[in-house]
Amino acid sequence: MIEGNVWKFGRDIDTDLIIAGRYCNISDPDELAKHVFEDFDPTFAGRFVPGDVIVAGANFGCGSSREVAPLCLKAAGVAAVVAPFFARIFYRNAINIGLPIFELPDAARCFGQGQGIRINPDTGTVVNLSDGTSLQAVAFPEFMQKIIGAGGLLQYAGERLRGQGNDR
Amino acid sequence: MSMTITEKILADHAGLPEVVPGQLITAKLDLVLANDVTGPIAIREFTKFGVDKVFDAGKVALVPDHFTPNKDIASAEQAKLMREFAREQQIEHYWEIGRVGIEHCLLPEQGVTLPGDMIIGADSHTCTYGALGAFATGVGSTDCAAGLATGEGWFKVPESMKFVFHGTKFQPWVSGKDLILYIIGKIGVDGARYRAMEFAGEGISALSQDGRFTMCNMAIEAGGKNGIIAADEKTEAYLKGRAHRPYKVFASDPDARYAEIMEFEVSEIPLQVALPHLPENTESVEEAAGIKLDQVVIGSCTNGRIEDLRVAAGILRGRKIHPEVRLLIFPGTQEIYRQAMHEGLLDIFLEAGAAVSTPTCGPCLGGHMGILAKGERALATTNRNFVGRMGHPESEVYLSGPAVAAASAVRGEISHPREVVGNG
Repeated sequence: MIEGNVWKFGRDIDTDLIIAGRYCNISDPDELAKHVFEDFDPTFAGRFVPGDVIVAGANFGCGSSREVAPLCLKAAGVAAVVAPFFARIFYRNAINIGLPIFELPDAARCFGQGQGIRINPDTGTVVNLSDGTSLQAVAFPEFMQKIIGAGGLLQYAGERLRGQGNDR
Repeated sequence: MSMTITEKILADHAGLPEVVPGQLITAKLDLVLANDVTGPIAIREFTKFGVDKVFDAGKVALVPDHFTPNKDIASAEQAKLMREFAREQQIEHYWEIGRVGIEHCLLPEQGVTLPGDMIIGADSHTCTYGALGAFATGVGSTDCAAGLATGEGWFKVPESMKFVFHGTKFQPWVSGKDLILYIIGKIGVDGARYRAMEFAGEGISALSQDGRFTMCNMAIEAGGKNGIIAADEKTEAYLKGRAHRPYKVFASDPDARYAEIMEFEVSEIPLQVALPHLPENTESVEEAAGIKLDQVVIGSCTNGRIEDLRVAAGILRGRKIHPEVRLLIFPGTQEIYRQAMHEGLLDIFLEAGAAVSTPTCGPCLGGHMGILAKGERALATTNRNFVGRMGHPESEVYLSGPAVAAASAVRGEISHPREVVGNG
């Protein structure tokens, strides 16, 4: 169960805003996490409380393919990102590295900054703890659920490789 | 069953007679690409897969182009990690500084990407190669690592959107950049999300190969999975002397199904400028005219090709850049650089007071070589104008094609080229 407070963002949040290009010569997630959303709000990294949840408008993660974007969110302790929909590459990257994301059409409308949120990753139920509203996230295709369940693409592929080994 | 060009390439590489939008497939890859930003992470992930060798050392391209020539120690370490991996794995398509170029200019030029290919690249502008009639899409480092290990990738077959350009009478100086900015202005930065963007019609046939690269390059800026243009005689002419392996030319069936078809008359499309801070904020150059500039950048994987430099030189010939403007020109590859030199374009640029750099992605992503200070404003032929894209979060980036960029560098403000050279 994911439970924390909401950090609200608008629509079309691009990957440059999540982590600026000037930091893309760094690949250590913890170092990157110090600069998360720096160009949006330089105080964000210092104020964000690990375990909290980002609720954003449509097309979150548009722009670059930089995997450091979801990586630094994860390293900063972002427990989940909830948005009506995600940009394609960000969507794949988040699932591949095990950053929980949830597609929720009414996300932006149903949550305010600082409200409490609880997400059941297994059922996709999202609850606004401040007003009790319960919402249902879009279900992932079965194939992706397996990747998510394994904790990322690498783990999934690893399990498959080992599984094949056992079959022989 | 009838299929689009995108569906045909996916079906071909999945070993299936047909595919339909929404279907999940596993497809064989002809090329897996990474650069010095995404490559080091992909390489570290690859080593965790428990395989010793990449799936095919001839089908991997590693291009150190983003923070090179090495900006600082951190960048040098990233480049070194990739260099050592390339040597150890005997990667065929790896280039050092002095030979390397901007990946999406370099790989087509070197014949590494060909029609009918199935390509993934850990760079969002990988979609550029669609201009050769290939399926090419950007992925992250982990997908790239899986591709390096297995030679395969999983894909959801995208719905296709078709953009048909009628007529061949382009307004003066209008290029592929203007057509794609115009589309993004119409449909928005998520207007083609998860979809294939197929460009067709007389207007596209009339467009140069360089202009087609520019169009497919920016498919990602509308959220597209890939941009694609069927190969024709212009593509064949471009590939002559470059292609060193056989390739397959695919085309959409006349009755292929599209999620949406949009039609345009090329004569009605004016020169475009995208205002901060999204590529969808487009206006005609007349509407954007008069905005004062501190810097102009001509180059990048979007507009760093020889045709772009020729257009810029045509406007800059015999003129001087505005005293308060810095013009930075980045040829996309060493071959383009040398061609520009042979044609006398570099002389024109230097005479005009421009800085001409070795190829690098540097300024486009705010990496190095032309970073903006607080409050500064740039016009660039690059692809993104997000907040802080080229430097300080309170700087601004405007996007245009090379003609508007060159004319604006002369005038010190966003300008229609006719303000500089008359009506062409």
